[in-house]
Amino acid sequence: MRFEAPETVEAAVSLMAGEPGEARALAGGTDLLVQLKSGRVAPDLIVDLKRIPSMTAITQEDGGFRIGGAVPAAEMLEHDALTAAWPGICEAAYLVGSTQVMGRASLAGNLCTSSPAADTVPAMVAAGAMVRIVGPDGARDVACEDVPSGVQKNALKKGEVVDSIFLPARPARASDAYLRFIPRTEMDIAVVGCGISITRAADDTIAEAKVALGAVAITVQVVADAAKAIIGTRLDDAALDALAAACSAACKPINDKRGTIEFRTDVAGVLARRAAKIAYDRAGDAA
Amino acid sequence: MPLDTQHENQIRDFKVVGTRPVRPDGLDKVTGRARYGADMSLPGMIFGEIVRSTHAHAKIISIDTSAAEALPGVHAVITRADFPAQQAGMIDTLDHCMADAEVLYDGHAVAAVAASSKSLARRAAALVKVKYEALPHVTDVDAAAATGAPLVKMGIESNIVDTHEFGHGDVEKGFAEADVIVERTFTTEATHQGYIEPHACVANMGGDGVADIWCCTQGHFMVRNTCAAIMGMSASQLRVTASEIGGGFGGKTCVYIEPTALALSKKAGRPVKIVMSRQDVFLASGPTASSSIDVKIGARKDGTLVAGLATLRYQGGAWGGSLVNMGAMAAFACYDIPNVKAVGHDILANRPKLAAYRAPSAPMAAFAIESAMTEMCEKLEVDPLDFRLKNCARAGTKSSYGPTYGEIGLEATLQAAKDHPHWSAPLPEGQGRGVACGFWFNFGGQTSSSLNINEDGTVGLSVGTPDIGGSRAAMCQMAAEALGIPYEKVRAIVADTASLGYNDVTDGSRTTFASGLAVINSANQAVERLCERAAQTWDIPVEAVEWKDGAAHPAGANAGNFAPLTLAEIAADSGSTGGPISGHSEINADGAGVSFGTHICDAEVDQETGRTTITRYTVIQDAGKAIHPDYVEGQFQGGAVQGIGWALNEEYIYGEDGRLQNAGFLDYRIPVASDLPMIDTQILEIPNPGHPYGVRGVGETPIVPPLATVAHAIKGSCGQRMTSIPMSPPKVLAALKGRTA
Amino acid sequence: MSQLQVSTTVNGDPVEFLCEPDESLMDVLRDRLGLTGTKEGCGSGDCGACSVTVDGRLVCSCLVLGAEAQGREIGTIEGMAKGEQLHTLQKKFLEHAALQCGICTPGILVAAEALLKENPDPTETEVRYWLAGNLCRCTGYDKIIRAVMDAATEMRGA
Repeated sequence: MRFEAPETVEAAVSLMAGEPGEARALAGGTDLLVQLKSGRVAPDLIVDLKRIPSMTAITQEDGGFRIGGAVPAAEMLEHDALTAAWPGICEAAYLVGSTQVMGRASLAGNLCTSSPAADTVPAMVAAGAMVRIVGPDGARDVACEDVPSGVQKNALKKGEVVDSIFLPARPARASDAYLRFIPRTEMDIAVVGCGISITRAADDTIAEAKVALGAVAITVQVVADAAKAIIGTRLDDAALDALAAACSAACKPINDKRGTIEFRTDVAGVLARRAAKIAYDRAGDAA
Repeated sequence: MPLDTQHENQIRDFKVVGTRPVRPDGLDKVTGRARYGADMSLPGMIFGEIVRSTHAHAKIISIDTSAAEALPGVHAVITRADFPAQQAGMIDTLDHCMADAEVLYDGHAVAAVAASSKSLARRAAALVKVKYEALPHVTDVDAAAATGAPLVKMGIESNIVDTHEFGHGDVEKGFAEADVIVERTFTTEATHQGYIEPHACVANMGGDGVADIWCCTQGHFMVRNTCAAIMGMSASQLRVTASEIGGGFGGKTCVYIEPTALALSKKAGRPVKIVMSRQDVFLASGPTASSSIDVKIGARKDGTLVAGLATLRYQGGAWGGSLVNMGAMAAFACYDIPNVKAVGHDILANRPKLAAYRAPSAPMAAFAIESAMTEMCEKLEVDPLDFRLKNCARAGTKSSYGPTYGEIGLEATLQAAKDHPHWSAPLPEGQGRGVACGFWFNFGGQTSSSLNINEDGTVGLSVGTPDIGGSRAAMCQMAAEALGIPYEKVRAIVADTASLGYNDVTDGSRTTFASGLAVINSANQAVERLCERAAQTWDIPVEAVEWKDGAAHPAGANAGNFAPLTLAEIAADSGSTGGPISGHSEINADGAGVSFGTHICDAEVDQETGRTTITRYTVIQDAGKAIHPDYVEGQFQGGAVQGIGWALNEEYIYGEDGRLQNAGFLDYRIPVASDLPMIDTQILEIPNPGHPYGVRGVGETPIVPPLATVAHAIKGSCGQRMTSIPMSPPKVLAALKGRTA
Repeated sequence: MSQLQVSTTVNGDPVEFLCEPDESLMDVLRDRLGLTGTKEGCGSGDCGACSVTVDGRLVCSCLVLGAEAQGREIGTIEGMAKGEQLHTLQKKFLEHAALQCGICTPGILVAAEALLKENPDPTETEVRYWLAGNLCRCTGYDKIIRAVMDAATEMRGA
């Protein structure tokens, strides 16, 4: 096993692509170190991305934000402009784990671990986040929902790493929210997660919406019917009922140690209803 | 010194007892200097790793250790064949530490390796090849008790291995007299003590067969005796030193890794350290029993209980010993019922061997009985505290498990609850309020201590009961009180097994009671000797010397007119008056006073998700006498929170394959700081006549009431009567939606 | 597996060590540097007993590779007191009896110090959520929260 800490993206890609055995990128390491310790993975090469300046930076770009692949959640929460523009994504980042875990864990890592229950993924999907993947063939931008392809499977090819995640510019009167259900108040994996992004029209009806659910299927679910249910409404009770019903209908969950099928299906609707209200209220407040 | 079990002239005017000094081990623990189980290293030390079963039940066909042995850096590989053949008595313990012919649970140890680094040890462990023949398994208590259930191990005919019965009167006659009857079945899942420090030890055996063990344990004398018996050693060949201990709660009252470390050290000729991983801790140490309990109680219309019947089925793993007898004894202990019977069945399952967990077996029984009592109150439309005040056990009550109670504090805790501002506070919309009682026996047991008067007037105190939560502070306080000197003059240590007589483990809430008693006896003996030196100095009879305020005083008409001699003055001259002065005590302590508590809980259920938030919690308990009130409060708070965790989210989850699904703190959900409110406490002091300062054990009772208290609050908040623990969100939501979870 | 040579700073002291590529900072601190005040409760980031700071940022040292420490500044419980002078948090933990077994105490102290640097006047709720990743099984957290709040008050006044 080797450990490398390159200082450029090119060097990182070259190391990852050039390794004949298994190579693993290290961002926050909050998943990788657990896997190493348990013996679930034994890579031949670990490439630490945190010495690459662009990987650890949050930059404004075209009115949006580009978040480096190794930026820890804690730094996102300390970035005032980012938390103002994307409160839902930031609250999802806040929920990823303890204060200690937030000091390390990144959006890109949460995405690449490809757990169905990843907290930030439904929030990023709802936000329309674009993922920049770099590899031996150059860079490509992929919609966030197209990255996870199964449990612990994703669209990254040999030698590729996530360079950054781009959150696009927001129109006025737009905001987002993320809620998850866990049995405790902290330290659990989401039993259900729901990210919603909403843009209000001048008449306070919902002009645009995107709804995504986590932990109710093998990958994040974009629920188009849920968005349709609230677009054009002022989030009246009928719209919320339709939203909840669409979310529950979109669930394809399993029974496991964290929750039952019935529980996840019910709670998906409950969270969607609550998250929509928060996002709608925030959109009303957003400049 | 004979033990006086009725201390009628208990001291009431305390100077040190009842104050809140800083604990003697405090500085080490806030600076990182304190050394726990895994913090010891020895020259030449190597690292042990245990190979564990991946089957719930299987016959071991073969174990091939050759590849592991061939790995450079590996010093020893052992299996059961490396342990001496066992006589009766220790077979179950050894079987649990290292499987013999069959593995009986997921995580059962089958082999162990020792290598020059941790990573090499892990690699070597992975190279041990075990061939299994899978056998049918069962992990659920009711399934295991059913006819036709898979047998938990070879050579048995039934998984029900023992039955215990307690009670008095005629329950059938009692139920015939009852106007109202409540009858219900309750279940609880197994929980783990959840100590944050995994089991850890360093064993060092020389070629001469003499050995030392350093380990985190609640009882190093137990470790010595158990390991010596398993390894065929004499007790004098093995010295065990108790490290600082990072939590136990009953889970460190037995051995898991120490015999293995000794066997590896013996084979390797090197000191061997073993530290269990958190996964191994959950897989292979300490869970409590899971249970299924039928309760039937009957009362007259006027609210008088006339009959109580409980059938308790507890599974405590593959070896029995579920401690269901204690559950059956504790079940109705809070009540004065003329006709009462509790029957407990001990049932095997393919799970790890149960270890004690804080008031072992009582919380589940109390959940069932207290929940039934609450339902009875609803049927009778009486206040739950008034009902309990009417029916509670008092001095003179014949307890449901046999003895007649002396002075006890249950009624006082109930009255204090009724008078508590929490009970009368307006309940916010959407919340419910619960109340329930709990009982624990408290233990005494074999104890010895030694107290040395240093020449500078300070005191060295050796006790043999590991300090799991601040007991050294209480020991210093009791010694200082008895000697009449300041707390700061006394320093207590937990001495190793070569330095003191035998001590039972720190369990049963016995340490402040029994070790405290031994410390007071030791101090009193030292006082006698100090008085002798004063008498000698003054040349008067020792009967004419009395000890008060830390000094010898001449007493009586003919004693003479001498200035008092302080402890420090006598100590300074001790070299010329006869040598060192010390006191010792070796006792089998009797007279531990039972203790009772009453808890009040407010909770709010999110009716759309089934999630429960505890909004306010109050613990009221009789401590007899709180030696160090901070640590008494801490026991109340910690026990209550463990009970809240048990009530809401903690559980062992086994898959269809009989393997544990949640062997880690991620999915075994103990309460975190943000889950809880402050835990209010009220200490009552109804002195235990069996202790010179009135001490009762306090540590265990606080975990007994919370399960039923929280269930009652949940009922108040959302209207659902939960009969299955944990009351996790999926279960509560299912109840709210009228479906089974 | 060949070992890596790492130069770092621990509690202000320059330190060099060798470690394996997959060895955690926690194992390096405990096994190679003898700094056993950092405790292992789970090895998976779920208990907080191994809390340290890396360049001032609170982390679980079991989730950091030793190799990552190159050129960083590591802070552990052993660096909290200055000589004989205990940190206010340490004093308050003793005064409030905010520990029973003490195994979680170093991690909680390191975490609480990081909190008070970022937020000198936290609410009870903020303290509880900041410390949610530090499991304590003995105390029910009550006295811990009180000690942290009291330390914050004293430190603001000082």
